Amino acid sequence: MEIRTAFHKKLREIQDDILAMGSMVNKATLRSIEALKNRDLNLARQIIADDQKVNQKRFEIEERCIELIATQQPMASDLRIIVAVLSIIVELERIGDHAEGIAKIAILIGDEPPLKPLIDIPRMAEKTVDMLTRSLDAFIKRDADAARQIAMEDDFVDELYNQVFRELLTFMMEDPRTITRATRLIWVAHNLERSADRVTNICERVVYAVTGKMEEIGGSKY
Amino acid sequence: MANNSTSLEARKLELWYRNFQALRDISMAIPRNQITAIIGPSGCGKSSLLRCFNRMNDLIPGSRVKGEVLFDGRNIYAADVDPTEVRYRIGMVFQKPNPFPKSVFENVAFGPRVNGLADNLEEIVEHALQRAALWDEVKDRLHKSAMELSGGQQQRLCIARTLALEPEVILMDEPCSALDPVATLKIEDLMRTLAGEYSIVIVTHNMQQAARVSDMAAFMMMEQDRAGVLVEYGPTARLFTNPKDKRTEDYITGRFG
Repeated sequence: MEIRTAFHKKLREIQDDILAMGSMVNKATLRSIEALKNRDLNLARQIIADDQKVNQKRFEIEERCIELIATQQPMASDLRIIVAVLSIIVELERIGDHAEGIAKIAILIGDEPPLKPLIDIPRMAEKTVDMLTRSLDAFIKRDADAARQIAMEDDFVDELYNQVFRELLTFMMEDPRTITRATRLIWVAHNLERSADRVTNICERVVYAVTGKMEEIGGSKY
Repeated sequence: MANNSTSLEARKLELWYRNFQALRDISMAIPRNQITAIIGPSGCGKSSLLRCFNRMNDLIPGSRVKGEVLFDGRNIYAADVDPTEVRYRIGMVFQKPNPFPKSVFENVAFGPRVNGLADNLEEIVEHALQRAALWDEVKDRLHKSAMELSGGQQQRLCIARTLALEPEVILMDEPCSALDPVATLKIEDLMRTLAGEYSIVIVTHNMQQAARVSDMAAFMMMEQDRAGVLVEYGPTARLFTNPKDKRTEDYITGRFG
Protein backbone atom coordinates (compact mmCIF):
# COMPACT_ATOMS: atom_id res chain seq x y z
CA MET A 1 0.00 0.00 0.00
CA GLU A 2 1.38 3.36 -0.97
CA ILE A 3 1.26 5.64 2.05
CA ARG A 4 2.72 8.98 1.02
CA THR A 5 0.17 9.69 -1.68
CA ALA A 6 -0.11 13.47 -1.12
CA PHE A 7 3.66 13.87 -1.27
CA HIS A 8 4.02 11.75 -4.39
CA LYS A 9 1.20 13.68 -6.06
CA LYS A 10 3.10 16.93 -5.44
CA LEU A 11 6.25 15.35 -6.81
CA ARG A 12 4.42 14.38 -10.00
CA GLU A 13 3.01 17.89 -10.35
CA ILE A 14 6.53 19.32 -10.17
CA GLN A 15 7.58 16.98 -12.96
CA ASP A 16 4.61 18.08 -15.06
CA ASP A 17 5.77 21.63 -14.52
CA ILE A 18 9.25 20.76 -15.74
CA LEU A 19 7.65 19.61 -18.99
CA ALA A 20 5.71 22.86 -19.22
CA MET A 21 8.85 24.89 -18.62
CA GLY A 22 10.72 22.80 -21.20
CA SER A 23 8.09 23.55 -23.81
CA MET A 24 8.21 27.30 -23.01
CA VAL A 25 11.96 27.28 -23.55
CA ASN A 26 11.75 25.22 -26.75
CA LYS A 27 9.17 27.59 -28.14
CA ALA A 28 11.42 30.55 -27.31
CA THR A 29 14.38 28.93 -29.10
CA LEU A 30 12.41 28.18 -32.28
CA ARG A 31 10.76 31.60 -32.32
CA SER A 32 14.10 33.36 -31.86
CA ILE A 33 15.34 31.78 -35.09
CA GLU A 34 12.05 32.68 -36.78
CA ALA A 35 12.49 36.30 -35.67
CA LEU A 36 16.02 36.26 -37.04
CA LYS A 37 15.04 34.70 -40.35
CA ASN A 38 12.00 36.90 -40.93
CA ARG A 39 13.53 40.04 -39.41
CA ASP A 40 10.48 40.12 -37.19
CA LEU A 41 11.50 42.62 -34.50
CA ASN A 42 8.11 42.54 -32.78
CA LEU A 43 8.48 38.80 -32.32
CA ALA A 44 12.01 39.32 -31.00
CA ARG A 45 10.74 41.84 -28.43
CA GLN A 46 7.99 39.41 -27.44
CA ILE A 47 10.55 36.65 -26.81
CA ILE A 48 12.55 38.99 -24.58
CA ALA A 49 9.42 39.87 -22.60
CA ASP A 50 8.34 36.22 -22.35
CA ASP A 51 11.66 35.23 -20.82
CA GLN A 52 10.41 36.77 -17.57
CA LYS A 53 7.75 34.07 -17.47
CA VAL A 54 10.42 31.39 -17.83
CA ASN A 55 12.40 32.89 -14.94
CA GLN A 56 9.22 33.09 -12.90
CA LYS A 57 8.46 29.44 -13.57
CA ARG A 58 11.93 28.46 -12.45
CA PHE A 59 11.56 30.23 -9.09
CA GLU A 60 8.11 28.76 -8.63
CA ILE A 61 9.36 25.19 -9.17
CA GLU A 62 12.41 25.85 -7.01
CA GLU A 63 10.26 27.03 -4.12
CA ARG A 64 8.03 24.00 -4.36
CA CYS A 65 11.07 21.69 -4.28
CA ILE A 66 12.43 23.47 -1.21
CA GLU A 67 9.05 23.17 0.45
CA LEU A 68 8.97 19.41 -0.19
CA ILE A 69 12.49 18.98 1.18
CA ALA A 70 11.62 20.99 4.29
CA THR A 71 8.28 19.37 4.99
CA GLN A 72 8.53 15.84 3.60
CA GLN A 73 12.14 14.75 4.15
CA PRO A 74 12.31 12.93 0.82
CA MET A 75 14.57 9.90 0.63
CA ALA A 76 16.25 7.74 -2.02
CA SER A 77 14.81 8.14 -5.54
CA ASP A 78 12.38 10.83 -4.36
CA LEU A 79 15.31 12.86 -3.04
CA ARG A 80 17.31 12.30 -6.22
CA ILE A 81 14.40 13.44 -8.38
CA ILE A 82 14.02 16.67 -6.40
CA VAL A 83 17.77 17.31 -6.55
CA ALA A 84 17.71 16.64 -10.30
CA VAL A 85 14.76 19.00 -10.77
CA LEU A 86 16.66 21.75 -8.93
CA SER A 87 19.50 21.41 -11.45
CA ILE A 88 17.33 20.93 -14.51
CA ILE A 89 15.35 24.13 -13.95
CA VAL A 90 18.58 26.13 -13.85
CA GLU A 91 19.64 24.62 -17.17
CA LEU A 92 16.21 25.33 -18.66
CA GLU A 93 16.31 28.91 -17.48
CA ARG A 94 19.72 29.37 -19.09
CA ILE A 95 18.50 27.84 -22.35
CA GLY A 96 15.70 30.41 -22.18
CA ASP A 97 18.35 33.10 -21.71
CA HIS A 98 20.17 31.87 -24.83
CA ALA A 99 16.93 32.21 -26.81
CA GLU A 100 16.51 35.69 -25.40
CA GLY A 101 20.12 36.39 -26.43
CA ILE A 102 19.33 35.38 -30.00
CA ALA A 103 16.27 37.64 -29.98
CA LYS A 104 18.50 40.54 -28.88
CA ILE A 105 20.91 39.80 -31.72
CA ALA A 106 17.96 39.79 -34.13
CA ILE A 107 17.14 43.31 -32.92
CA LEU A 108 20.77 44.38 -33.32
CA ILE A 109 20.82 43.09 -36.88
CA GLY A 110 17.57 44.93 -37.48
CA ASP A 111 16.90 45.34 -41.18
CA GLU A 112 20.46 45.00 -42.42
CA PRO A 113 20.56 42.97 -45.65
CA PRO A 114 21.01 39.25 -44.99
CA LEU A 115 24.54 37.95 -45.36
CA LYS A 116 23.38 34.55 -46.56
CA PRO A 117 20.32 32.34 -46.29
CA LEU A 118 20.17 30.69 -42.85
CA ILE A 119 20.43 26.92 -43.18
CA ASP A 120 22.71 25.40 -40.58
CA ILE A 121 21.66 27.76 -37.79
CA PRO A 122 17.99 26.66 -38.00
CA ARG A 123 19.21 23.06 -38.10
CA MET A 124 21.16 23.63 -34.90
CA ALA A 125 18.04 25.06 -33.28
CA GLU A 126 15.84 22.18 -34.41
CA LYS A 127 18.32 19.60 -33.18
CA THR A 128 18.67 21.34 -29.80
CA VAL A 129 14.90 21.54 -29.38
CA ASP A 130 14.55 17.88 -30.32
CA MET A 131 17.26 16.86 -27.83
CA LEU A 132 15.63 18.89 -25.07
CA THR A 133 12.20 17.41 -25.69
CA ARG A 134 13.56 13.90 -25.60
CA SER A 135 15.76 14.50 -22.54
CA LEU A 136 12.75 15.63 -20.51
CA ASP A 137 10.82 12.65 -21.81
CA ALA A 138 13.67 10.42 -20.61
CA PHE A 139 13.43 12.13 -17.21
CA ILE A 140 9.71 11.40 -16.92
CA LYS A 141 10.25 7.81 -18.09
CA ARG A 142 13.34 7.36 -15.86
CA ASP A 143 15.29 6.19 -18.90
CA ALA A 144 19.01 6.60 -18.21
CA ASP A 145 20.06 4.87 -21.46
CA ALA A 146 18.01 7.28 -23.55
CA ALA A 147 19.52 10.20 -21.62
CA ARG A 148 23.07 8.99 -22.31
CA GLN A 149 22.23 8.56 -26.00
CA ILE A 150 20.75 12.07 -26.29
CA ALA A 151 23.78 13.62 -24.62
CA MET A 152 26.04 12.03 -27.22
CA GLU A 153 24.04 13.74 -29.97
CA ASP A 154 25.53 17.03 -28.82
CA ASP A 155 28.40 16.18 -31.19
CA PHE A 156 26.06 16.80 -34.08
CA VAL A 157 25.31 20.34 -32.86
CA ASP A 158 29.02 20.91 -32.31
CA GLU A 159 29.70 19.83 -35.90
CA LEU A 160 27.12 22.28 -37.21
CA TYR A 161 28.58 25.03 -35.09
CA ASN A 162 32.02 24.32 -36.51
CA GLN A 163 30.60 24.39 -40.02
CA VAL A 164 28.80 27.72 -39.45
CA PHE A 165 31.97 29.20 -38.02
CA ARG A 166 34.16 28.12 -40.94
CA GLU A 167 31.67 29.32 -43.49
CA LEU A 168 31.30 32.75 -41.88
CA LEU A 169 35.06 33.00 -41.56
CA THR A 170 35.43 32.69 -45.35
CA PHE A 171 32.86 35.46 -45.80
CA MET A 172 34.87 37.70 -43.51
CA MET A 173 38.16 36.91 -45.22
CA GLU A 174 36.75 37.62 -48.64
CA ASP A 175 35.03 40.84 -47.65
CA PRO A 176 35.85 42.63 -44.40
CA ARG A 177 32.64 44.65 -44.72
CA THR A 178 30.76 41.48 -43.68
CA ILE A 179 32.63 41.18 -40.39
CA THR A 180 29.93 42.81 -38.25
CA ARG A 181 27.08 40.80 -39.72
CA ALA A 182 29.05 37.53 -39.73
CA THR A 183 30.17 38.02 -36.13
CA ARG A 184 26.57 38.48 -35.05
CA LEU A 185 25.60 35.21 -36.72
CA ILE A 186 28.47 33.49 -34.94
CA TRP A 187 27.02 34.77 -31.68
CA VAL A 188 23.68 33.24 -32.62
CA ALA A 189 25.31 29.89 -33.39
CA HIS A 190 27.26 30.11 -30.16
CA ASN A 191 24.06 30.60 -28.17
CA LEU A 192 22.62 27.47 -29.74
CA GLU A 193 25.78 25.50 -29.12
CA ARG A 194 25.61 26.47 -25.44
CA SER A 195 21.94 25.46 -25.27
CA ALA A 196 22.73 21.99 -26.60
CA ASP A 197 25.51 21.69 -23.99
CA ARG A 198 22.96 22.50 -21.33
CA VAL A 199 20.77 19.69 -22.65
CA THR A 200 23.67 17.30 -22.01
CA ASN A 201 23.81 18.62 -18.43
CA ILE A 202 20.12 17.82 -18.14
CA CYS A 203 20.84 14.31 -19.44
CA GLU A 204 23.49 13.86 -16.74
CA ARG A 205 20.90 14.81 -14.13
CA VAL A 206 18.46 12.28 -15.58
CA VAL A 207 21.13 9.59 -15.24
CA TYR A 208 21.69 10.70 -11.63
CA ALA A 209 17.98 10.64 -10.81
CA VAL A 210 17.65 7.11 -12.20
CA THR A 211 20.93 5.50 -11.11
CA GLY A 212 22.20 7.66 -8.25
CA LYS A 213 25.51 8.09 -10.08
CA MET A 214 27.03 11.40 -11.12
CA GLU A 215 28.69 10.90 -14.47
CA GLU A 216 29.99 13.21 -17.16
CA ILE A 217 28.70 12.18 -20.55
CA GLY A 218 30.61 12.99 -23.71
CA GLY A 219 31.98 16.43 -23.07
CA SER A 220 31.57 19.21 -25.56
CA LYS A 221 34.37 20.25 -27.87
CA TYR A 222 33.55 23.91 -27.35
CA MET B 1 34.73 -9.61 6.90
CA ALA B 2 35.53 -9.24 10.59
CA ASN B 3 38.73 -7.44 11.44
CA ASN B 4 40.07 -4.94 13.89
CA SER B 5 37.58 -2.35 12.75
CA THR B 6 34.70 -4.70 13.59
CA SER B 7 33.30 -4.62 17.09
CA LEU B 8 30.42 -7.08 16.92
CA GLU B 9 29.53 -9.50 14.22
CA ALA B 10 26.43 -11.61 13.70
CA ARG B 11 27.02 -14.75 11.68
CA LYS B 12 24.07 -16.65 10.29
CA LEU B 13 22.13 -15.63 13.37
CA GLU B 14 18.67 -17.14 13.90
CA LEU B 15 16.30 -16.56 16.77
CA TRP B 16 13.17 -18.41 17.83
CA TYR B 17 10.60 -17.63 20.48
CA ARG B 18 9.29 -21.17 21.04
CA ASN B 19 8.00 -22.19 17.56
CA PHE B 20 8.04 -18.71 16.10
CA GLN B 21 11.13 -17.80 14.14
CA ALA B 22 11.87 -14.12 14.82
CA LEU B 23 15.18 -13.77 12.94
CA ARG B 24 16.49 -15.60 9.90
CA ASP B 25 20.04 -15.81 8.63
CA ILE B 26 21.33 -12.46 9.87
CA SER B 27 24.96 -11.74 9.08
CA MET B 28 26.32 -8.29 9.69
CA ALA B 29 29.46 -6.66 11.07
CA ILE B 30 29.04 -3.70 13.44
CA PRO B 31 31.95 -1.29 12.95
CA ARG B 32 34.01 -0.26 15.96
CA ASN B 33 33.44 3.23 17.36
CA GLN B 34 30.81 4.19 14.86
CA ILE B 35 27.03 4.41 14.97
CA THR B 36 24.99 1.72 13.29
CA ALA B 37 21.26 2.21 12.89
CA ILE B 38 18.72 -0.55 12.34
CA ILE B 39 15.43 0.49 10.73
CA GLY B 40 12.42 -1.40 9.48
CA PRO B 41 8.66 -1.74 9.96
CA SER B 42 7.17 -2.76 13.31
CA GLY B 43 7.62 -6.42 14.07
CA CYS B 44 10.51 -6.90 11.64
CA GLY B 45 12.77 -8.14 14.42
CA LYS B 46 15.06 -5.16 14.85
CA SER B 47 14.68 -5.04 18.64
CA SER B 48 15.05 -8.81 18.79
CA LEU B 49 18.32 -8.52 16.88
CA LEU B 50 19.52 -5.75 19.19
CA ARG B 51 18.77 -7.93 22.21
CA CYS B 52 20.75 -10.78 20.66
CA PHE B 53 23.81 -8.53 20.72
CA ASN B 54 24.06 -8.69 24.52
CA ARG B 55 22.15 -11.88 25.25
CA MET B 56 19.15 -9.99 26.56
CA ASN B 57 16.90 -12.56 24.86
CA ASP B 58 18.23 -15.21 27.26
CA LEU B 59 15.83 -13.70 29.79
CA ILE B 60 12.78 -14.55 27.64
CA PRO B 61 11.52 -18.09 28.32
CA GLY B 62 11.45 -20.28 25.23
CA SER B 63 13.92 -18.18 23.24
CA ARG B 64 16.58 -20.03 21.30
CA VAL B 65 19.52 -18.76 19.25
CA LYS B 66 21.40 -20.42 16.40
CA GLY B 67 24.48 -19.03 14.73
CA GLU B 68 27.02 -16.78 16.35
CA VAL B 69 27.56 -13.28 17.63
CA LEU B 70 31.26 -12.54 17.71
CA PHE B 71 32.45 -9.85 20.09
CA ASP B 72 36.12 -9.05 19.64
CA GLY B 73 36.29 -12.29 17.70
CA ARG B 74 34.70 -14.47 20.41
CA ASN B 75 31.21 -16.01 20.25
CA ILE B 76 29.16 -14.53 23.10
CA TYR B 77 26.89 -17.58 22.97
CA ALA B 78 29.75 -20.00 23.66
CA ALA B 79 29.14 -22.31 26.65
CA ASP B 80 31.88 -20.78 28.81
CA VAL B 81 30.72 -17.18 28.44
CA ASP B 82 29.00 -15.48 31.37
CA PRO B 83 26.04 -13.48 30.00
CA THR B 84 26.29 -10.96 32.87
CA GLU B 85 29.86 -10.20 31.86
CA VAL B 86 28.66 -9.73 28.27
CA ARG B 87 26.04 -7.22 29.42
CA TYR B 88 28.64 -5.18 31.30
CA ARG B 89 30.74 -4.79 28.20
CA ILE B 90 27.76 -4.37 25.89
CA GLY B 91 25.37 -2.00 27.62
CA MET B 92 21.80 -1.19 26.71
CA VAL B 93 19.60 1.90 26.86
CA PHE B 94 15.86 1.35 26.54
CA GLN B 95 12.93 3.08 24.93
CA LYS B 96 11.47 4.60 28.06
CA PRO B 97 13.90 6.16 30.49
CA ASN B 98 13.92 3.77 33.44
CA PRO B 99 15.89 5.33 36.28
CA PHE B 100 15.85 3.52 39.61
CA PRO B 101 13.71 5.30 42.21
CA LYS B 102 16.87 6.49 43.89
CA SER B 103 19.02 9.59 43.81
CA VAL B 104 20.81 10.74 40.65
CA PHE B 105 24.11 9.71 42.24
CA GLU B 106 22.91 6.26 43.25
CA ASN B 107 21.55 5.56 39.78
CA VAL B 108 24.99 5.98 38.26
CA ALA B 109 26.88 4.46 41.22
CA PHE B 110 24.73 1.34 41.28
CA GLY B 111 26.55 -0.65 38.59
CA PRO B 112 30.11 0.12 39.70
CA ARG B 113 29.13 -0.58 43.34
CA VAL B 114 27.70 -4.00 42.44
CA ASN B 115 30.94 -4.64 40.57
CA GLY B 116 32.96 -3.86 43.67
CA LEU B 117 34.32 -0.53 42.43
CA ALA B 118 33.49 1.39 45.57
CA ASP B 119 36.80 3.25 45.99
CA ASN B 120 36.46 6.22 43.72
CA LEU B 121 32.72 6.19 43.20
CA GLU B 122 32.38 9.97 43.17
CA GLU B 123 34.92 10.26 40.43
CA ILE B 124 33.28 7.50 38.39
CA VAL B 125 29.84 9.10 38.76
CA GLU B 126 31.04 12.57 37.81
CA HIS B 127 32.94 11.24 34.83
CA ALA B 128 29.94 9.26 33.58
CA LEU B 129 27.60 12.23 34.02
CA GLN B 130 30.07 14.49 32.22
CA ARG B 131 30.27 12.15 29.27
CA ALA B 132 26.49 11.85 29.18
CA ALA B 133 26.32 15.66 28.93
CA LEU B 134 24.24 15.78 32.10
CA TRP B 135 26.74 16.90 34.76
CA ASP B 136 26.11 20.63 34.52
CA GLU B 137 22.39 20.12 34.89
CA VAL B 138 22.52 17.81 37.92
CA LYS B 139 25.74 18.60 39.80
CA ASP B 140 23.82 20.60 42.43
CA ARG B 141 21.13 17.99 42.91
CA LEU B 142 23.07 14.73 42.87
CA HIS B 143 21.30 13.48 45.94
CA LYS B 144 17.81 14.33 44.87
CA SER B 145 15.55 11.71 43.32
CA ALA B 146 16.20 10.84 39.69
CA MET B 147 12.46 10.77 39.20
CA GLU B 148 12.41 14.57 39.43
CA LEU B 149 14.45 14.93 36.24
CA SER B 150 12.80 15.64 32.88
CA GLY B 151 12.34 12.77 30.41
CA GLY B 152 15.36 13.83 28.36
CA GLN B 153 17.51 14.17 31.49
CA GLN B 154 16.34 10.77 32.71
CA GLN B 155 17.37 9.22 29.41
CA ARG B 156 20.80 10.85 29.61
CA LEU B 157 21.00 9.54 33.19
CA CYS B 158 20.35 6.03 31.86
CA ILE B 159 23.14 6.57 29.36
CA ALA B 160 25.43 7.75 32.19
CA ARG B 161 24.46 4.63 34.14
CA THR B 162 25.55 2.51 31.19
CA LEU B 163 28.77 4.52 30.71
CA ALA B 164 29.72 4.08 34.38
CA LEU B 165 30.36 0.42 33.64
CA GLU B 166 32.91 1.35 30.94
CA PRO B 167 31.22 -0.67 28.19
CA GLU B 168 32.65 -1.04 24.71
CA VAL B 169 29.32 -1.19 22.95
CA ILE B 170 26.10 0.69 23.69
CA LEU B 171 22.87 -0.72 22.34
CA MET B 172 19.99 1.74 22.14
CA ASP B 173 16.44 0.58 21.61
CA GLU B 174 14.35 3.54 20.42
CA PRO B 175 16.07 5.82 22.93
CA CYS B 176 14.18 8.94 21.86
CA SER B 177 10.68 7.68 21.19
CA ALA B 178 9.41 9.01 24.53
CA LEU B 179 11.20 12.36 24.19
CA ASP B 180 10.28 15.74 22.70
CA PRO B 181 12.20 17.01 19.63
CA VAL B 182 14.69 19.14 21.58
CA ALA B 183 15.49 16.36 24.06
CA THR B 184 15.79 14.05 21.05
CA LEU B 185 18.36 16.31 19.37
CA LYS B 186 20.33 16.46 22.64
CA ILE B 187 20.52 12.67 22.75
CA GLU B 188 21.55 12.60 19.10
CA ASP B 189 24.30 15.14 19.81
CA LEU B 190 25.42 13.02 22.70
CA MET B 191 25.51 9.93 20.50
CA ARG B 192 27.74 11.72 18.00
CA THR B 193 30.06 12.75 20.84
CA LEU B 194 30.21 9.19 22.19
CA ALA B 195 30.83 7.63 18.78
CA GLY B 196 34.57 7.45 18.35
CA GLU B 197 34.92 6.02 21.85
CA TYR B 198 32.08 3.53 21.79
CA SER B 199 30.43 1.36 19.18
CA ILE B 200 26.76 2.31 19.18
CA VAL B 201 23.89 0.35 17.70
CA ILE B 202 20.54 2.11 17.62
CA VAL B 203 17.14 0.72 16.71
CA THR B 204 14.80 3.47 15.62
CA HIS B 205 11.44 3.92 13.98
CA ASN B 206 12.48 7.40 13.01
CA MET B 207 14.14 7.18 9.62
CA GLN B 208 15.27 10.78 9.73
CA GLN B 209 16.96 10.07 13.03
CA ALA B 210 18.77 7.09 11.53
CA ALA B 211 19.82 9.30 8.60
CA ARG B 212 21.00 12.07 10.94
CA VAL B 213 23.05 10.11 13.44
CA SER B 214 24.32 6.90 11.94
CA ASP B 215 27.39 5.98 9.91
CA MET B 216 26.00 2.64 8.81
CA ALA B 217 22.37 1.69 8.36
CA ALA B 218 20.59 -1.64 8.14
CA PHE B 219 17.10 -2.20 6.79
CA MET B 220 15.16 -5.20 8.05
CA MET B 221 11.77 -6.55 7.18
CA MET B 222 9.54 -9.56 7.75
CA GLU B 223 9.22 -12.45 5.38
CA GLN B 224 5.90 -14.26 4.72
CA ASP B 225 6.21 -16.32 7.91
CA ARG B 226 6.98 -13.09 9.82
CA ALA B 227 10.62 -13.99 10.41
CA GLY B 228 12.88 -10.93 10.35
CA VAL B 229 15.56 -10.74 7.67
CA LEU B 230 18.28 -8.25 6.86
CA VAL B 231 17.41 -6.75 3.48
CA GLU B 232 20.20 -4.24 3.05
CA TYR B 233 23.13 -2.95 5.06
CA GLY B 234 25.55 -0.22 4.03
CA PRO B 235 26.87 3.30 4.59
CA THR B 236 24.02 5.56 5.73
CA ALA B 237 24.55 8.22 3.06
CA ARG B 238 24.31 5.58 0.35
CA LEU B 239 21.37 3.70 1.82
CA PHE B 240 19.25 6.85 2.07
CA THR B 241 20.16 8.33 -1.31
CA ASN B 242 20.61 5.26 -3.45
CA PRO B 243 19.44 2.00 -1.89
CA LYS B 244 20.29 -1.11 -3.86
CA ASP B 245 17.26 -3.19 -2.93
CA LYS B 246 13.83 -2.24 -4.24
CA ARG B 247 12.27 -3.16 -0.89
CA THR B 248 14.51 -0.65 0.90
CA GLU B 249 13.64 1.98 -1.70
CA ASP B 250 9.92 1.31 -1.29
CA TYR B 251 10.12 1.48 2.48
CA ILE B 252 12.17 4.65 2.83
CA THR B 253 10.21 6.51 0.18
CA GLY B 254 6.96 5.48 1.87
CA ARG B 255 5.71 3.36 -1.00
CA PHE B 256 4.74 0.70 1.45
CA GLY B 257 4.28 0.91 5.17
